[in-house]
Amino acid sequence: MTVQDIVKRCEHLFEDLDFNVVSEWKAAQPGRKAIGYMPIYVPREIVHAAGMLPVGIFGGGDQLEVIQGDAYYQSYICRIPRSTIELGLTGRLDCLDGMLFPSICDVIRNLSGMWQILFKDKYVKYFDVPQDYADEVGGKFYIHEMQALRTDLGRLAGKEISDEDLKKSIAVYNENRKAVRELYAYRAQKPWQAPTSEVYLVLRAGCVLPPEEHTKLIRSYIAETNSVERPKRDNARVVLNGSFCEQPPLGLIKSIEMAGCYVVDDDFQLCQSWLLDDVSVEGNPLEELSKAFLHRSAQTASKYDDKKEDKGKHLLRQVKSRGAEGVVFAMASFCDPALLERPMLQDVLNKHKIPYTAFKFAENTGQMAPIREQAGTFADSIKLWSAA
Amino acid sequence: MSTVTPIKDAKKKEVVKEDAMWIQKELINKNYHEIATAHETGRKVSATFVPGNLNELLMCFDFARRLPETDALQNGLRKKSGKMIMDAERDGHSEDVCTYVKTDLGMMLQGQMGPTGEPMPNPDLLLLSYTGCFTFMKWFELVRQKYNCETIMLHTPYQGDGKISPAMRDYVVKQIKEKVIPACERISGKKFDIDLLRQYMKESVKAEEDLVRVLQTAKHRPSPIDGYFGAVYYIGPMFTAFRGVPEATKFYRLLREEVEQRMREGKGPITPDGEMTEENYRLVVEGPPNWTSFRDFWKMFYEEGAVVVASTYAKVGGVYDFGFRHDPEHPIESLADYCLGCYTNLNFPQRIDMICKYIDEYQADGLLINSIKSCNSFSAGQLLILREVEKRTGKPAAFIETDLVDPRYFSGANVKNRLESYLQMIKQKRTAAAAAVA
Repeated sequence: MTVQDIVKRCEHLFEDLDFNVVSEWKAAQPGRKAIGYMPIYVPREIVHAAGMLPVGIFGGGDQLEVIQGDAYYQSYICRIPRSTIELGLTGRLDCLDGMLFPSICDVIRNLSGMWQILFKDKYVKYFDVPQDYADEVGGKFYIHEMQALRTDLGRLAGKEISDEDLKKSIAVYNENRKAVRELYAYRAQKPWQAPTSEVYLVLRAGCVLPPEEHTKLIRSYIAETNSVERPKRDNARVVLNGSFCEQPPLGLIKSIEMAGCYVVDDDFQLCQSWLLDDVSVEGNPLEELSKAFLHRSAQTASKYDDKKEDKGKHLLRQVKSRGAEGVVFAMASFCDPALLERPMLQDVLNKHKIPYTAFKFAENTGQMAPIREQAGTFADSIKLWSAA
Repeated sequence: MSTVTPIKDAKKKEVVKEDAMWIQKELINKNYHEIATAHETGRKVSATFVPGNLNELLMCFDFARRLPETDALQNGLRKKSGKMIMDAERDGHSEDVCTYVKTDLGMMLQGQMGPTGEPMPNPDLLLLSYTGCFTFMKWFELVRQKYNCETIMLHTPYQGDGKISPAMRDYVVKQIKEKVIPACERISGKKFDIDLLRQYMKESVKAEEDLVRVLQTAKHRPSPIDGYFGAVYYIGPMFTAFRGVPEATKFYRLLREEVEQRMREGKGPITPDGEMTEENYRLVVEGPPNWTSFRDFWKMFYEEGAVVVASTYAKVGGVYDFGFRHDPEHPIESLADYCLGCYTNLNFPQRIDMICKYIDEYQADGLLINSIKSCNSFSAGQLLILREVEKRTGKPAAFIETDLVDPRYFSGANVKNRLESYLQMIKQKRTAAAAAVA
């Protein structure tokens, strides 16, 4: 497949709001089940170990007309829950046998209870993650949460999930995370070869494909895009922050790039890069997943920073390690975690004299001109003033 | 036709209050003074949130106790919050986020004068009781940047499955024992005494018992209290810095006697304009009140003879009427259960069950949801609550939108219009039902 073919396939998966690829995966073998999960992070290893397909649900994007979903939410609530409800009520998520709602914010938290009421025949779990990072305290609680999920999914699958199953799945996801890191490193090195509008689609494909297939897809994309030289532009290198839950429309990502920015790091699909290195396949698998979460995971707005001085460290690391020249804060409107976090991150950037710009979006934002102008002005200001 | 009768011998001519309300006001003002002078008197200052507050525990270390939410609402009641919110927005905070947070930040920007006009000292401890509200976490992360003091996270897991599991309880207990208590000891310089905690909890239990009795008098017809607007005064000491304090126990005993007497005499609630003499509608309300136009908001109800017989907001700092009491025999475990059981830590089916139960037990005519722009914990999904409650009870429900402390989001005319339409609808349903029986 050429790079265009790969991107086209990913785009097709991205646009398929009926999740046909999930239905096809299930149909290929009777008895297969699929479990949806909302942003940001769930240990997909447990779902995979149960022989099920973890499916990332990131709202309906800008192609879904939300009619019923709007009847459940006031105007001042973000858009992702209403489009997710729309997906559910219109039968598009019928292919899912259950849904996981991680603890990210009050809106997604409450959506878990709404799902229990609206879709009584489905498995629904609010998946709590610890905000205490001591192994003996938060870790113990987290292991219990994972064990509860493991038991539930084992019951749903009709077969207990063994430690060996879990270790195999951890190995599969270690490889997937490694491929994601390779892709991020490649993009940071040659952003003109791997535009974020493409990288984004390749990563979004990981929401619906089995991880083994997704790993191969990522590596094919890197190999194929590297084989064809593309023009290099004098763009500003930026890290994009704040789009970890509700996703911006693809057109918005393209607009930022067209305005003269190379996005060299982001938090779009944080679930895939949340754990920063490999999870050990030795020892107790749930303990290893817990340690990775507690001690070696990304910082984000939904996760408590134990110490004041830790605030913004991950963002700073992204800026420095990727050679970025600035930060673009792109937050969904009414996104409490991101919008409350932003002033603190801006303070950190100010202290380090790193320029930034900020705007809000909704997943169905249609007017790109103001964003293009803002991103363009930002890129120009970096190019004109930062180097001087 | 007026539904209230002014009381001639009221202590203050302009606003009528129950005796207990005056005592409560004195308690609050005294606490603000204690906070303002804490450092001069050698005491340390703690700040924490209402849901999941560990008041008895903080008292063991003699902290002067601040609650930023009540600071914000007091500033709202005193019409000071609008400017504070705008100052915080000018300082870079989004217009989309919680106005309690922005009021707190705005108060800091304005020199940190408290609601009573006394300067508020910086806290020495931020006890981040992360109970039932995601924003709490960001709020204390934000103020931590400014106060530069120790912050302790107490993570309360959410009742996603509608129950408290042993693992959830153990998690909270461990955090209290291994993090919260050592930090309090370190900062206050005082050793933890579990018997002192038990002693405070014994006071709490007495007060909790009396509060429940007060709230449940609303089952009587006519209700002698308003379970939303009036309840704000009743829950004040219990939900804030006074649970476990002997004065609070006395307050609740006095309040109970006063309210039960009113019930025996067949009297209605005391409103700011006097006693409510006519009970035309009995409502259950979900969601917090608006504070900036609190009295105008209440007036819209009592002018129509509408009394709120039960509200979920009156359970935000503890669901005592469903049986929870602090337990002096198991003090730390009961602190954990308290945190885990607060209203906003309940899942949606539990919240709906509670509202339906209130409608049934308090013989309410329907449900009114006051949806608060600032508060996703309460508001996200309330339209489903509305539908489910209507479906299960057959009683009409209505929806209004305001905010906690942002005066820009209180449109009196719209709220009044919706409320009047809703009450009209109840009346029509009642007439139709009576006609059907006849």
